[in-house]
Amino acid sequence: MDTPDSGGKTPLGRKTAETGINFTSSTRFSRGLTFIRTHTLFGQSPTRRIIPQTSLLQENADSQKIAFLLRKQWTLYSVTPMYKFSYDNLKEYSRLLSAFVATEKQKGLAVEVGNDLGIKVTLSTFLGLKGTDQDQIAILVQIASRSQLPFENAEDKVVWSGWFCCISGDDLLESVPEDFTCLSLFLANGAESYTAIVGSWFQKTFDCYFSRLTISPLNLAWMAAMWTGCKVDSHIAATELVFSVPCIPQSLDISYAIHPEDAKALWDTVQKTPGEVTQEEVNLFMDCLYSHFHRHFKIHLSATRLVKVSTSIASAHCDGNIKILHSKHLIGVLMLLTELAISQIQ
Amino acid sequence: MSLVKPFDKLPTLNSAAILLVGTDESQQQQLAEAILKEKKIFKINIHVATSLPLPAERDHIRPRIDLIVFMINMQSKHSLRNVEASLSHMDANFFLGKVCFLITGVGRMNHCSVEMNAVRKLGNLYCSPVLFCELESEGIRVATAQRLLRMLQICAGHVPGVSALFFSSLMKSSIDE
Repeated sequence: MDTPDSGGKTPLGRKTAETGINFTSSTRFSRGLTFIRTHTLFGQSPTRRIIPQTSLLQENADSQKIAFLLRKQWTLYSVTPMYKFSYDNLKEYSRLLSAFVATEKQKGLAVEVGNDLGIKVTLSTFLGLKGTDQDQIAILVQIASRSQLPFENAEDKVVWSGWFCCISGDDLLESVPEDFTCLSLFLANGAESYTAIVGSWFQKTFDCYFSRLTISPLNLAWMAAMWTGCKVDSHIAATELVFSVPCIPQSLDISYAIHPEDAKALWDTVQKTPGEVTQEEVNLFMDCLYSHFHRHFKIHLSATRLVKVSTSIASAHCDGNIKILHSKHLIGVLMLLTELAISQIQ
Repeated sequence: MSLVKPFDKLPTLNSAAILLVGTDESQQQQLAEAILKEKKIFKINIHVATSLPLPAERDHIRPRIDLIVFMINMQSKHSLRNVEASLSHMDANFFLGKVCFLITGVGRMNHCSVEMNAVRKLGNLYCSPVLFCELESEGIRVATAQRLLRMLQICAGHVPGVSALFFSSLMKSSIDE
């Protein structure tokens, strides 16, 4: 059967089985017009991931702002590329977004004209959150309520924050046309209503789409393995895995906590090349933990669903919530999340 | 513990036997009922097991197994491990088209604990077709039952001119051409 060659089909992997029957085990497509997928066929996850060894936080990172990101629960969203977003107009965007938030909040309330609800929105750039030089600069959006006190130097209280970033999103950046800005990962902390309002403003103004980033048990297992292997000097916490067992009438949750030294020792015996993690190593690590649990409790954890992973570095929940605890590994965590966000968009 | 062999018993007239192996009993029940509801011209025996090898005590009353279907649930890694362990307890002659892998649970990607690579590798390694289905949905369940029934008919030799060895053509994708 002749296939047309216009799209640029390039079979990269072909394997012949020993029996002599010709099977194809993996074929990669390259759709030249749109984007090149690193993991193409449906549901495939990468076989290996690189862990950045050194702290890639760039020198001009504001340490106070970085500290603001840590130890907070962030809800994850993936964002499609934004059209005609310009870094020069941030003040203008702040003003428009303030007005939008104020009107949305006042909907349905009978308020006198000219009354200022005391909401101030600021958009600012967040320097230093970059994986490679082609990454776009991160944007921080904050909603602060103006203090009601009459003092001159009374501080505004931040009620909601959200930030856009994209760490090492190279494969998406290459394929996107000129006027688009790729800031694929959005993290929000604060009231859900504000998130919805800010999200709808961005969607309307820049023609992008926000969707909740859920993390599958496979990716949570990757996170457990990768984060256990990272070296942490202070605030070492136990590695905890939470599993959900589908039961009637109410589902059962099993929490499995492992001493951090033991978990790291196990991971060190499993990992072969430092700086690189393969799917087999992750499977082996998780299988060891499952068989240990089975030996003691006779419960097959492999038949349950992994819903939450907490390590000393960060903790992640399958609904798309994350909390990062160490600034040294911030870029590594964000790089993994950006990869998940981009694969969800694609 | 007996090894399941494809050709060690005589076939019974106008009947065929299918064996479903998997950890999820309720899914096996659902599939078995769907197969029984289909219109067919021969008698069917559906055997259900959690894992191989089958107990040796009832071996003499068991009919000849024509098709073995391994059911893997993508949301449970345990089912994959169970199937991998069972595969070593089978006679090699079964892999000439009388084995099929049935994968359920792919519809909810967010709940998948098994990676697709593992399943594809399994199909390639054992030279057997891999079918994907969602047994919760009525239409897909009926369609899967019909497919399995047709495969069973061919494996039992009821279709003249077509043998189970032809199933290897199901595994070649059209990308190869």
